[in-house]
Amino acid sequence: MTNITDLGVAAIRDGVAAGQFSAVEVAEAFNANVAAAQSALNAFIVATPEKAIEAAKAVDAARSAGQALGPMAGVPIGMKDLFATEGVQTTAASRMLECFVPHYESTVSRKLWEAGAGMLGKLNLDQFAMGSSNESSYFGNVISPWQRRGSNAQLTPGGSSGGSSAAIAARLAPAATGTDTGGSIRQPAAYTGTVGIKPTYGRCSRWGVVAYASSLDQAGSMARDVTDCSIMLEAMAGFDPKDSTSLDLAVPAWTASLSGDLKGKKVGIPREYRVDGMPAEVDAIWEQGIAWAKDAGAEVVEVSLPHTKYALAAYYIIAPAEASSNLARYDGVRYGLRDLPDGAGLQDMYAATRAAGFGDEVKRRILIGTYVLSAGFYDAYYTQAQKVRTLISQDFAKAFEQVDVLLTPTAPSAAFALGENVDDPLSMYLNDVFTVPASLAGLPAMSVPAGLDAQGLPLGLQIIGRPLDEQGVLNAGLAIEARAGFTAKPEKWW
Amino acid sequence: MSVDTATVAKIASLARLKVSEAELEAMVPELNGILAWVEQLGEVDVTGVEPMTAVIPNTLRLREDVINADPLTGGDRRDAVLANAPAAQHGFFGVPKVIE
Amino acid sequence: MSTYRIQGATGDWEVVIGLEVHAQVTSNSKLFSGSATAFGAEPNSQVSLIDAAMPGMLPVLNGECIRQAVRTGMAIDAQINKWSRFDRKNYFYADLPQGYQISQLYHPIVGEGSLTIEADEKAGIPEAKVIGVERIHVEQDAGKLMHDQHPTMSYVDLNRSGVALMEIVSRPDMNSPAEAGAYLSKLRTILRYVGSCDGNMDQGSMRADVNVSVRRPGDELGTRTETKNVNSVRFVMQAIEHEANRQVDVIEGGGKIVQETRLFDPNTGSTRSMRSKEDAHDYRYFPDPDLLPLVLEDAFLENCRASLPELPDAKRARYEGELGLSAYNAAVLTADVDTFRWFEALLAETALAQGKQPAEVAKQAANWLISELFGALNKLGKSLDESPVSHEQAAELLALVGKGTISGSIAKQVLEIMLETGEGATAIVEREGLKQESDTGAIEAKVDEILAANSDKVEQYRGGKVALFGFFVGQTMKAMQGKANPGVINEILKSKLG
Repeated sequence: MTNITDLGVAAIRDGVAAGQFSAVEVAEAFNANVAAAQSALNAFIVATPEKAIEAAKAVDAARSAGQALGPMAGVPIGMKDLFATEGVQTTAASRMLECFVPHYESTVSRKLWEAGAGMLGKLNLDQFAMGSSNESSYFGNVISPWQRRGSNAQLTPGGSSGGSSAAIAARLAPAATGTDTGGSIRQPAAYTGTVGIKPTYGRCSRWGVVAYASSLDQAGSMARDVTDCSIMLEAMAGFDPKDSTSLDLAVPAWTASLSGDLKGKKVGIPREYRVDGMPAEVDAIWEQGIAWAKDAGAEVVEVSLPHTKYALAAYYIIAPAEASSNLARYDGVRYGLRDLPDGAGLQDMYAATRAAGFGDEVKRRILIGTYVLSAGFYDAYYTQAQKVRTLISQDFAKAFEQVDVLLTPTAPSAAFALGENVDDPLSMYLNDVFTVPASLAGLPAMSVPAGLDAQGLPLGLQIIGRPLDEQGVLNAGLAIEARAGFTAKPEKWW
Repeated sequence: MSVDTATVAKIASLARLKVSEAELEAMVPELNGILAWVEQLGEVDVTGVEPMTAVIPNTLRLREDVINADPLTGGDRRDAVLANAPAAQHGFFGVPKVIE
Repeated sequence: MSTYRIQGATGDWEVVIGLEVHAQVTSNSKLFSGSATAFGAEPNSQVSLIDAAMPGMLPVLNGECIRQAVRTGMAIDAQINKWSRFDRKNYFYADLPQGYQISQLYHPIVGEGSLTIEADEKAGIPEAKVIGVERIHVEQDAGKLMHDQHPTMSYVDLNRSGVALMEIVSRPDMNSPAEAGAYLSKLRTILRYVGSCDGNMDQGSMRADVNVSVRRPGDELGTRTETKNVNSVRFVMQAIEHEANRQVDVIEGGGKIVQETRLFDPNTGSTRSMRSKEDAHDYRYFPDPDLLPLVLEDAFLENCRASLPELPDAKRARYEGELGLSAYNAAVLTADVDTFRWFEALLAETALAQGKQPAEVAKQAANWLISELFGALNKLGKSLDESPVSHEQAAELLALVGKGTISGSIAKQVLEIMLETGEGATAIVEREGLKQESDTGAIEAKVDEILAANSDKVEQYRGGKVALFGFFVGQTMKAMQGKANPGVINEILKSKLG
């Protein structure tokens, strides 16, 4: 029998249902991997093996009793530590929330537990999901299980869902939740040879998810193949009356309708995504993707998204602006860290608490956001950025009059080494250049592993779909996945 | 537009972030780099363009006016509300004395 | 035009006043959460995870609060904006858990409207005046800080945090404390009629931020100050008076008015600068990304309009026109919801008891309510809704007068007994033998006696001193122990005196 921890969501669920192994065996196997990798990879902020076992026991008992099992029954998963989990610390990888234990469960995590999943632990991330390399966590960097051929330099698993991507790639979890604000699911998936999908804005409830930028934040699923992502996303998505931006729509049966046949479909290639200085290997894998799409029966069409070059700049106004306000609640009054210097008044306490509780990148974005919203600058920065956002969204709408999905690289490069970009926030921001536009337009988008570069590192392709057309995205992803035949996994060094 | 030390100090104070002189000095060029870069947005002709309000066309739903219909969004759960407070006393959140 | 002026050392100054009234919207639950809004609950017991701004919590709008704001706008003939939006007002304070207040800056739900304050000669308002309302927007209330419970700490109670408020912003159209007082009273009346705010100023359901500036008559507007959270009509008037005089003193002393937030001290009737809010001027408003645009459907608006009651101005006009009440009585009876409700119930009962149309008994009911019951309750220190006499009982009493069973003066005695014992008027009249005599024979006999005993006065009357008629009426009434029907006495006297 294959190693249980090499199995994905569908295989585990079906194996448990068929009695090939028990859910508890599965949980124990992954718990062991989590524990063994923790010191090397630091993918988890806290492991919760007892939670995984508890959920597994419930599934095994339900199975013995002949009860119907949920779509994630027996599947232990990692939970990005941005989702509030009742009774389990929820930190957003920040010192600010180091000791915060919510008395509530986020809608997305609750739905997953209701679907029969269990929790292996809370996954590390960039602090408050702000970052592209997982180097801004208060609880230390996540180390990618991948290494360049012939090098033991530590690489980034991407960010902000870097704990999620690393855990899945290293077989510490078959799947994990992610959140994507400007690429935080897709870019880490691309860097680790895993699959990640961000659905249409409003598909997954934001209730109970620590907010970074409300108009962009969207939860999604990460796993090792498209089908697993689809199964998990189906369990996570759905209308939530507690979230005003939640879409009041039924969740389609994406998994049942999965098809890699792209006959009659048009795949768009946005010309503006061919940026200067992009490594030849990224360009080559894109060309390969185009060939695979054709092979799957699609017609490939070049399209134009003329405002693409402004997307990152708009994002780095809108996201920090929203963040500066969303993070104002962390003030040391009702929960979280309080730093009260001797003799300090209320406002001094705020300043001290927030200085001690937030990391550098968080502070940087709060300052930018505060500045762009401040008196005299609001229209020039924020209003202008929201107008550009409208234009970006219109670009996509026009493109989707011609084509069904768009195919692009996920990131402009393979994973970089930790420390490589930390001194230059701007070059770090440029990692999101291909993922941010779809975020600004609220579109469903996913990253699928397509191959390895010359150094043996994974490269991903991104598929962007029409609003609400997760099915089209998943189907195109499946077509690429089938042709890429990506089976590479990191060589175990930890 | 570029910022100087005094502006960054003012912004930091507005954002309630205590920063040392050294931190301030380091932040000025960083923020200026980012601001100079985002200013490319100024090139875009936005004549007649409305700012984005809802990324997926959608309007606000109105909730029924019912007390504690859902415990997750209702009151009457003081213990949960105070459970994580750094200084909860007699059912209140304690803060350093405020002079109004 | 107001003639109110501050007499400074260097001449006269005109005062310009605008009010921002915060009115708590009548609703069961909060604006964006399901916690209760009731006054006086245990600290932090009416606080949801949302109100405490726990990580990941999101606002969901209460439809009732929107309905009430729209109805209020309609009641002041204001423009209702079918597309509005919520913005965040960002500042740090211990009573503001989110670090921002959800409010409406750029696209308020209600636009331009107005209300009319009545002429009040005595108060220095020579003629009715229209006061513009710039906008009404909906926003969250803040929590409450308590400073006197601990030597070094303030205590935060978030029960009020997130309660819905309407901020009703007037134009700077008022020019005297009296006008501002009249505006606030009128606004309160309208809100109570509409039912969108209970108007309980002592419980903080209504409070005003008072913007005051002074200028030479006819000059450009001066720099204004804003005195926060003044919670009674009287205090608003005091705050204006004090603040206007202070500004004149500052300017005449060579100083300049600083645009600032001030606090009113009810104990001294003065205002002082509020330091704690000084650095909070850059609120960084932006649209709340947790909320979508609010779009009102026509059916919703129709429903709001259809549910509006008769409003004070219309009611007063009807009382004067249809019911024939005096302008004074109509104004008194329509000034408050409790009063008109009582009056209208009394009127219906009275008409029913006497088998007449309401218009035929309206004056009787109005006069009695205003001059008899109000006076009696006043002596007892009770309000109308605490009246020991119900409107049914009052109608019974008025029917006795209307049918001539008792006289108006006997009715006063009966009311006193009713207030004491709670008994019905008929029972009291029966027991005490207060029924008035309408038997012509008995009255005629007394009249004959009185005319005989006062033959000199009869002579004088017949000689042209007709004023003596009242004397004969009085004497007869006295002889009948007040229980004779005055109409019958009149008739008999007239025939006998020729």
